[in-house]
Amino acid sequence: MATTQIVSAEKRQLKNHANSAQVMSNSLTMAYRGLLKFRRTPEQFFDVTLQPILFTSMFVVIFGGAIAGNVHNYLPTLIPGILVQTVVTASLVTGVQLREDMDKGVFNRFKSLPIARIAPLAGALLADTVRYAIAVTLTFGMGYLLGWRPEDGISGVFASGLLVIFFAWCISWIFAFFGVTARSAAGVQGVSILILFPLTFLSNAFVPVATMPHWLRPFVNANPVSLLIGAVRQLASAGTIGHDFWFSLLGALVIVLIFAPLTVRAYMSKA
Amino acid sequence: MNQEKSRVLAVEAHGLVKVFGDNRAVDGVDLSVPQGVIYGVLGPNGAGKSTVINMLATLLNADGGSAKIFGHDVFANPQVVRQLIGVTGQSATVDELLSATENLVIFGRLLGLNHAAATKRADELLEEFDLQDAARKPLGKFSGGMRRRLDLAASLIVQPPLIFLDEPTTGLDPRTRNQLWETIRRLVQTGSTIVLTTQYLEEADQLADRIALIDHGRVIIEGTPDELKAAAGVTTLHLGLKSEEDADSAKELVEKLLRVAAIKTGPTDISAPMTDSDSITDLLISLRSSGLHLAEVSVQKPSLDEVFLALTGAQNMEEGN
Ligand SMILES: Nc1ncnc2c1ncn2[C@@H]1O[C@H](COP(=O)(O)OP(=O)(O)O)[C@@H](O)[C@H]1O
Ligand SMILES: [Mg+2]
Repeated sequence: MATTQIVSAEKRQLKNHANSAQVMSNSLTMAYRGLLKFRRTPEQFFDVTLQPILFTSMFVVIFGGAIAGNVHNYLPTLIPGILVQTVVTASLVTGVQLREDMDKGVFNRFKSLPIARIAPLAGALLADTVRYAIAVTLTFGMGYLLGWRPEDGISGVFASGLLVIFFAWCISWIFAFFGVTARSAAGVQGVSILILFPLTFLSNAFVPVATMPHWLRPFVNANPVSLLIGAVRQLASAGTIGHDFWFSLLGALVIVLIFAPLTVRAYMSKA
Repeated sequence: MNQEKSRVLAVEAHGLVKVFGDNRAVDGVDLSVPQGVIYGVLGPNGAGKSTVINMLATLLNADGGSAKIFGHDVFANPQVVRQLIGVTGQSATVDELLSATENLVIFGRLLGLNHAAATKRADELLEEFDLQDAARKPLGKFSGGMRRRLDLAASLIVQPPLIFLDEPTTGLDPRTRNQLWETIRRLVQTGSTIVLTTQYLEEADQLADRIALIDHGRVIIEGTPDELKAAAGVTTLHLGLKSEEDADSAKELVEKLLRVAAIKTGPTDISAPMTDSDSITDLLISLRSSGLHLAEVSVQKPSLDEVFLALTGAQNMEEGN
């Protein structure tokens, strides 16, 4: 090493911007880092493993009789509700974890590297789709154990799982935005819960919209989470794609289009 | 030296300012670092060293002033500058959950190496920095010295021409510190330029070709370690005579030839401030022709500690240590 000379600054090929191939490659590397970290911190999977198991059993035991007459009839309504609730909550955790990660020294190195600025964010959000996939699998699995047998078989269930994962990735940009702008991880949690509660509870997740007060119904019906739950119910149970599917997809895309640039901008101004 | 001057400066900063609230953490710092040197930024805790480094390393925006790295504007073209620098921050900038290999491979991939090249480079660096033990286990379980070495290794993946090291040896035991010094010296031999910060005078004295002494966000003095010492105090001449009888006549001769007041510091020892180094030759010749025999001659420069104390005040010194 002492004898070989490095390439001098004047002789190096320097680029001003990251092209799209580099954006992809950097983001995938950051996602790979996220996956490696999962192996070492299994506690990051607690929410996406425990919640589906506990919630399905609890709701079935407590409310099953009250809402749909018997448990079996309630499952097609309940499973998509719990699934979406769990995955959307998990996407909040993405924001909190991103914040904690960003507070670590290694992010200073990422900032000093000539990489696409969006990569540390996009990579983290991408890696978290693994968590969403676990939640999807477990919730559907619990449903099956409790006796849920979708008429249309596995393909509709699979497609609805993908839809939910994609949706969660999209709305995780909202929480990533709070993650980047908030001062602390606790702050992210606080603000995000304020967003999350109306989204998940003012939805059709557990109670039919018809039982809600009139003034609330327009919000509940327009809520992207309700649309997603509706889409999953149709897709998983009957294998059909309806308005809910398209509107929830649209809503998710609008969220990305708004929040991804905002998040990257906020991140860059800090970087 | 001439050749160095014709090359673009590795770092050229003018009037850098950073304000945190009402604290002017960096208050008009100028720096010129030629290529191929070890440049020391020396100062007590809170002097603004890290803030300067972070601005130069594109990690922090400046509130005033300008900075160029190899002629590229840091604030206008940060992405270009990032391709020319390696940064080892004051606190760990590696992933403690991951192993040393995983860390280096990820950084290598981000820097554009393919998986095979990144793995190969990681292995090389692990061997060079004696980190094979940490290759597979998460870093959190390893000593501060190992993490520090990995941190440095991670800055060298693509062998950047300019390397920033923020307090690289703080908290290390003497042996590890010496190893790191050796590594830093070797890096300069390969053509890299190093800018390092330190609170330790000895470290700056040992390593740096030039030093900027900063305190309260300002450069107090800049120069080679010798220049700094010269600025703070006068060099002292010490003479040791063979016999006690000669001491008084030798003292007279010193006073006459150097035209200063000399003092006897022992039965055979004489000290005198040395303002004009040339006159030493005359003095030594006269001593011999007068038959006054010397056992010992030495010239002592003031230590950097004295410079530091003289220029930053004793109070800072305590905080610094
Ligand atoms: N992010 C920050 N926010 C507020 N004050 C800061 C921040 N970083 C550094 N400072 C302040 O700026 C001054 C210089 O800090 P620093 O550059 O870390 O000094 P050094 O590295 O020489 O110890 C200190 O007074 C420190 O408290
Ligand atoms: Mg510092």
